This record gives sequence, C-alpha cells and structure tokens, in this order.
Amino acid sequence: MTTAIRYPHATGFVAGDRPKIVTSRFEHADSFTLERFLSTGGYAGLRKALGRVATDVHEEVKSATVLGRGGAGFPAGTKWGLTPQQVFPKYLVVNGDESEPGTYKDRLLMERDPHQLIEGCLIACYAAGLSQCFLYIRGEMALAQERVATALNEAYAAGYVGKNILGSKFSVDIVLHWGAGAYVVGEETALIESLEGNRGMPRLKPPFFPAANGLYGQPTIVNNVETLANLPWLMVNGSEAYTAIGTKTSPGTRMVAVSGHVKNPGVFEIINGTTTFRDLLYGAEFCGGIRNDNELKAFVPGGGSAPWFTADQLDLPFEASQVGPAGSMLGSGAIMVMDSTTDIPAAALTLTHFYAHESCGKCTPCREGGTWLERILTRIVEGTGTEADLQQILEVGAMICPGDFPHASNEKLGLTAVPFPYKMTTICFVGPSAFAPLHSAITLFRSEFEARLVKRISIPVTAVSTTSKVLASQ
Amino acid sequence: MSRLNEANIKTALEIIARYPRPKSALIPLLHLSQEQNGFITRDAMVHLGELVGVTSAEVYGTATFYEMFRFEPVGKYLVNICGTMSCALMGAGDLMHHAEHKLGVKAGGTTADGMFTLAHAECQAACTEAPTLQVNYRFRYKVTNSDFDALIDDLKSGKLSDEIPSHGVVARIRQRIPADRGVGAVAPELATENPVWMDGKAAL
Repeated sequence: MTTAIRYPHATGFVAGDRPKIVTSRFEHADSFTLERFLSTGGYAGLRKALGRVATDVHEEVKSATVLGRGGAGFPAGTKWGLTPQQVFPKYLVVNGDESEPGTYKDRLLMERDPHQLIEGCLIACYAAGLSQCFLYIRGEMALAQERVATALNEAYAAGYVGKNILGSKFSVDIVLHWGAGAYVVGEETALIESLEGNRGMPRLKPPFFPAANGLYGQPTIVNNVETLANLPWLMVNGSEAYTAIGTKTSPGTRMVAVSGHVKNPGVFEIINGTTTFRDLLYGAEFCGGIRNDNELKAFVPGGGSAPWFTADQLDLPFEASQVGPAGSMLGSGAIMVMDSTTDIPAAALTLTHFYAHESCGKCTPCREGGTWLERILTRIVEGTGTEADLQQILEVGAMICPGDFPHASNEKLGLTAVPFPYKMTTICFVGPSAFAPLHSAITLFRSEFEARLVKRISIPVTAVSTTSKVLASQ
Repeated sequence: MSRLNEANIKTALEIIARYPRPKSALIPLLHLSQEQNGFITRDAMVHLGELVGVTSAEVYGTATFYEMFRFEPVGKYLVNICGTMSCALMGAGDLMHHAEHKLGVKAGGTTADGMFTLAHAECQAACTEAPTLQVNYRFRYKVTNSDFDALIDDLKSGKLSDEIPSHGVVARIRQRIPADRGVGAVAPELATENPVWMDGKAAL
C-alpha cells in the first residue's frame, strides 16, 4: 500500500513565509500518509465539526465566505444553501478534473495532502446533509489517484470514513471516481454527466445550479478540491481567523501557479485579495522577475480562458471585484507570463488549438467556430493568411460571444470598459474561452498579426483587357 | 476474447456496487478493460454493457468521448508531450521535434517495435515545470532533449518498469471499501428523508 511513496512528488510548490491554510503539510516528504496527517492536527477539524450541530457548521462556513476556487468564485456556504430543503438524498461531487491551461494546484493538493481533502469532503457532507460523496479525479493524474486511493483505504480502516464516523451517527461513503481525459468535464454539469457514465457534455441551463437538479436528478453540490481543502483549517481555527487573512470580499488564501517566462516559476499559497500581480511576477519571494530581465509583454491572469493583461494591469490585486471590471477574471489561479521575445500569434494559437480540440461538440458555435478559429489562425501564423482572415476571426468570434467584449485595455484604446463576463451563444464557457484570449491578443497586438498577413502586390492598371476591347468594338 | 477475466469481473462488480446507478461505473470499468487488454475492444464493450445494463452502443458512445480510451493497439509506452501554452512558451515545440527524430515517428505514430507511441497532449497540470511530458501518465518535468533521450533509453532497458507500468494501467492502487465499514450506495429511491445527523443535535 505504500508503494506510491517511492515515486517522485509533484514539484513546483514554493513555501515562502506566509500564512498557510491548505499547504501547511507540504514541507514534509511524507505529507500524504495518515501517520503524518494525524501528527500534524489531521482530522481535528472533522472532530470539531461533528461536535457541533450540522447547521452551525454550515453557518460557520457561510460566515467565512469561502469562495469557490474552481473558477467562478461562488461562495461555498451559499452554494450549499441552494439545495431544496425537502428533497433527498443530496450528493457531493468533488471536482478534481483540473485541466484549465496554466492551472496547477488541485493535483498538488491531491498528491501531497489527500487526507486533508477527505476531511474537507466529510465536513461538507456533514454540514450540508449530503448522503454520498463522489471524488472525481482527472484520468491522467495517475499518482493523485493512487495517493487518494491509499488515503481513502487508510481512512476507512481507521474509522474516519464510512459507517459511524469516529463512532458518531454520521455515516458517509466517499467513492473515488476517475475520468478519462476531457477538459469540458471540468464544467460542473458535464462532470455530472460523466459521473453518470455518459459523454461529458454540459447540460442545458436552466436549472443553473446542480444544487437544484444534479446527479441522478437529485440536489448535488459540486465543489473544487481546493475549496474543500480549506474546510479543516476553518473548522479548527474558526471563521474569524479565516476572514482575518485576506480582504473582506476575498478572505483566506489562494493557491496560484505562475508559469511561463519568469525567473522562478512556481505554485504559491498567497494571501487573497491583497497580493498584486506585480508582487507575484516581480517579488523576490515569488517569481523574482521576468527571465533574463526581459520586458513583460503580456500575461494571462486566470487560466487559459481569461482575456490577457499587460504591464498596465500589474498593480491590480488578486481580487475578483477589481479584476472583473478591468476586463478579465481570476479564474482558477493560473498566471502565464509572456516576455518581450514571445511570438504572440503563435502563443494565442496554442490556446485556440486547445479549445478547438476540447470542444465537446454539443453547441454549434463552439464546435464549428472553435475549429474555424484554429484553422484561420493557423493560416495567419504560417504566413498564408489575408486581411480578410483577420476580419473573419473577429466575425466568427462575435457569433460565439456577441456584443461588446470585455477587455483590459478598452479604456486605453478609447473604448468603453466592458466588465467580464461576456454574452455567449453556447451552454458553457468553453466556446467563449476559445475566443476570449485570442480577441484580447488581437486587440493588444494587432500589428503582430498584420505583419504575418500575405501582402497584396498592387499592379497598376494601365492596359485595357482584350475582352473589354471586344465589347467596346461591338 | 477480450471480455473481463474472472478476477476483473470481481473488481468490476465491487466498483458497480458503489454507485446508485450501475452506468456510473462505466468509465472506471472501461479503464479496467483497457488495463487488461491494452485497448478497448468490441467484445469488451459488449461485456461492459452487459455488466452495467446498457447496450454496447451506449458503451461505445461514452468510450469514444474520452481521450484516454484507445480502440486499437498502442505502444507499450504512450509518451504524451504537452503542447499547451506554458509548455509551448518554454520550448515544447522543440522537444516534440526532437522526440519525433529520436523515435523516428511523427506525433500520433507508433514505433515499429511497438514500444512507443508518441502523442501531442493538452495541458497536464504541471505548468510551472514546463515543458512536461507523461509516459503512461507518469510525469517528467522540465524535460530537456538529453533528458528525453535518457528516458527513452531507460524505458527500453526496462530500468523504469517498476515506476511505469505498461499502457492501460493508470492507478495501481484501488479503493477497497471494507464490507463492515461501507455505508453502501445511496440511490434516490432509497433515501426519502434527511440524513440521521441532520436532527438538530451534534453528532459527537
């Protein structure tokens, strides 16, 4: 059962001298074992929660405003409260299908502290009256699956999961489920479809929340791994201690992965709401600047789906209420940095390719539009695109997300600021995500795209063609 | 021919029993089948359909949606090189180019000896460690060309057979719910009232 210990950990986490809510055990090489977990305060939060009335625990989580860490940032406590009162059973589905480009945190949490996640799941089930939990891990994460399976086996044997947990009347099963490779399954209704054994296509909305109608048509809470990993600490230390970190609207900490052209890329647990992008990119305790001391060209602030930012937005804090109006989103805490040497059209193409490839095919604008965008952009990058192609990209995009488009530099470009999110013609965000980064790249760096276009050679029109001569003579 | 064997049928039934609806077990069972045969065969899909009570067409429908399921044989080692943004920025294009030369196949191809299938992959959630690759879903970080050569040599010589199993095997450790500890699947028709701990009193 301990074979997984020999294999290399997920690397990239940088501890730093900051408060730690979800990564406190990462310093230990054996952080994923039950032994280490118990010796570092493990399952104390569960014990504390079970010593209180379930609704009290729910209130505590609500007052701590634990924002969802999956992308939308919806407060977990509020989400739990959206389930209808008299419909049973209710389910918990844990979203561990981390696959947003640039995002790297849930895998760390599952590989290096699986018991913390299990404890979080149990607290959520207890507080919100959820009868069974399904822990959905991305298919490609073999080590995370092994670590969580080992942890669950240990926890079952030790009486932390299953029947009469810790000898109480609280009983819940956590079922480890794993996917098989599909980005769109990260969308909560697609995740539920996949968990039901179907093709992972998002469900029609409304109902907008699976809390009303989810797994097997029952009320279902879908929470991100990092969101649940916050709960044990919250239970032990209380909501006041939790809200004392960060800001009022974004309390606690967040895990953020900074990758790309920085000196020291890494995953950091940062203080929510106050840490700025400048701190992250240039701060000595974080990435320590752009590689080779190059100029910053652009960066993706919140995962592959987010419109891009430039140096103008560096001083924005990690706070949804400020990043949204500036025309982008914090998403899943993924920053990708591009320095002055970056070929912008080629960089944009990697994302466009990703979304075209990952479209599930349910909505026409995304299925066809995404592929069109990729093909047209490929032409441009390869140097065979025309001015009409560039125009066509914007037209195809407008069919996926019509209307004004949110954009970081709108004001600077003399346009009206449009806050995120945008209008869309698809069921889920995969469609708009194919266009959002590309649109911002074209707006910010249009000249780079234009430089790639085939130049028309202008031929002076002097000679009259034979045809017109014939026509004239008749 | 490629129906699940006795031992795997036992595991399959164990997995099915965890879910309120048998069809939910389909993706885990497809993995089990791929683990046994290296890829998903027609017979396997018929068998899985029998096990979870759906038609083989439905099994096929689900299976073909997901990237990890293969319907024809692949190499013993599936080498997935990430090409999404962070990795692309850090040189994944060059790495893929090098890999194609080293293995003598284009992305998507399998070497003549059936050892390696090279593939282009999307974001693998290791972005700070770019460029990354996975061999049968086991990670390698910050891969240089010489790292790649060494990796291929080690795989060929069998040095890594302990860490990296053959294609089809993903997690080697399975969840086992002891009969005396498990609550059992809670199907919608089985639970008609609030769970017992929601009675307004603390559980402990």
